[in-house]
Amino acid sequence: MTSTLETTVVDLATTSVRELNAELHAPKATHYAVEHPQGAHAIAAGVATPITVDVRGHAGYYAAGMNDGGTITVHGNAGTGVAENMMSGTVRVTGDASQSAGATAHGGLLVVEGSASMRCGISMKGVDIVVGGDIGPMSAFMAQAGRLVVCGNAGADLGDSIYEARLYVRGTVGSLGADCVEKEMRAEHLAELAELLTAAGMAHDPAEFRRYGSARRLYHFAAHNTY
Amino acid sequence: MCGIVGLHLRDPELYPQLGRLLETMLCQVVERGPDSAGVAVYGDRRRCPEGHAAVSVLVPAGTDFGVLGLPELLVTEAGDTTVLAAPVSPDALVAAVRTALPDATVVGSGTDLTVYKGTGHPRALAETYDLAAAQGWQGLAHTRMATESAVTPEGCHPFSVGPDQCLVHNGSFANHATIRRELIAAGHVFDSENDSEVGARFVADRLAQGEDLDKALRLVCERFDGFYTLLVTSADGFAVVRDAIACKPAIIAETDRWVAMASEFRALADLPGISDARIYEPEPERVYHWQRSIPLQGQGVTA
Repeated sequence: MTSTLETTVVDLATTSVRELNAELHAPKATHYAVEHPQGAHAIAAGVATPITVDVRGHAGYYAAGMNDGGTITVHGNAGTGVAENMMSGTVRVTGDASQSAGATAHGGLLVVEGSASMRCGISMKGVDIVVGGDIGPMSAFMAQAGRLVVCGNAGADLGDSIYEARLYVRGTVGSLGADCVEKEMRAEHLAELAELLTAAGMAHDPAEFRRYGSARRLYHFAAHNTY
Repeated sequence: MCGIVGLHLRDPELYPQLGRLLETMLCQVVERGPDSAGVAVYGDRRRCPEGHAAVSVLVPAGTDFGVLGLPELLVTEAGDTTVLAAPVSPDALVAAVRTALPDATVVGSGTDLTVYKGTGHPRALAETYDLAAAQGWQGLAHTRMATESAVTPEGCHPFSVGPDQCLVHNGSFANHATIRRELIAAGHVFDSENDSEVGARFVADRLAQGEDLDKALRLVCERFDGFYTLLVTSADGFAVVRDAIACKPAIIAETDRWVAMASEFRALADLPGISDARIYEPEPERVYHWQRSIPLQGQGVTA
């Protein structure tokens, strides 16, 4: 680990992820840079203070998982489960994200500047997710709360078995999952979408998006659902 | 879990480095299956010289290969696997093995293909196979987290049941017993209880009927239930397919010099030119297929 006045640099070519995360869990600095991530798992998982972490390269599974207050940027692609179960803070991926980005996350903002793969926002519980490109099939499956903004296209079965959460898609939707329907875009939705796009640094016009959400027909048992 | 890595070289200048690149990839998926590992190499002329057939076998220790009666037989012992090569056709060599060595299990055959299987730590197995020194134009490796059958050399992937063909699988087939019965009824003989062998025999059956790799894998999607990310190779092809749910990971990277596929990015991180590669995840139930263009089919590397 080498420190300058502003930034502590951790090189994963010579330091283990375990050592890195131990430092990030009891930080002696406010800004960290991680070199040579090489797709390692669990980089910067469990950050619980408002520090800044810049991962310079591609990250593996569960990068920035459980983030609670940190500002974590992956300058590259992220593997499965980036920012899974985030509580608060900001996670940004400048490239693409693999499956289950933002899974089960309760709060904070996840920005994927590229595209996100399948199951983006699966079981999301309050997080805001903004994806600059496309999202894969089965995204927002069983989403419970939060907002998912997709500036490109969404894959098949968007929002299957969704409880709540608001989904905004600028491009096409492959298909809607069970109980997910298009909904009217009202003034309050345009306003919150504008805020989310601004927070994420995306320049699109909110009027270009369509909104999707729960039809609330799966909340209770219905006789027509029996086999 | 299970880990898959595969590398299809487009640039012949990289052929001498195939084994070293593949070993680096394999060592990044050790945690996905630390009990056993299998490797397939296409075009390794150290062990399958030009004009020879190679047959990879699992045999009891101390087996005498002299009973094959092949004076020019080249024998390479690599742990649990022995690679036999001779200047005859693959069919003739397989037939000779089956007749003279009834206890042997044939785990690979062809004019270009050498297969290695074994139990143990994948890193140690890579040394046993002398993978780093292997040359060739295409290769794949698999680390197995056993679910459907025991940890044995026979249960290792790749499953190679047709000439110069290989299949590696991450996942588990749900209806393999049904398809196994159908294939047995059609005359196929199985070497293991492994579900993935059913997939390999199904693909080999379709290829034997004249279908190409692309069509064979689309039929896999139609017939098989369960979870699968498959990497399938042939004498001139390299193909990837995933099931409709696609929960078993896969990532593909391509440059002008190579096509690579792995369970995780970290297995690709050290490939030459990876920073400029096109990197993406294969979509569910879509077959990704690359055909060997240079050099001509059947040519390999002379060490």
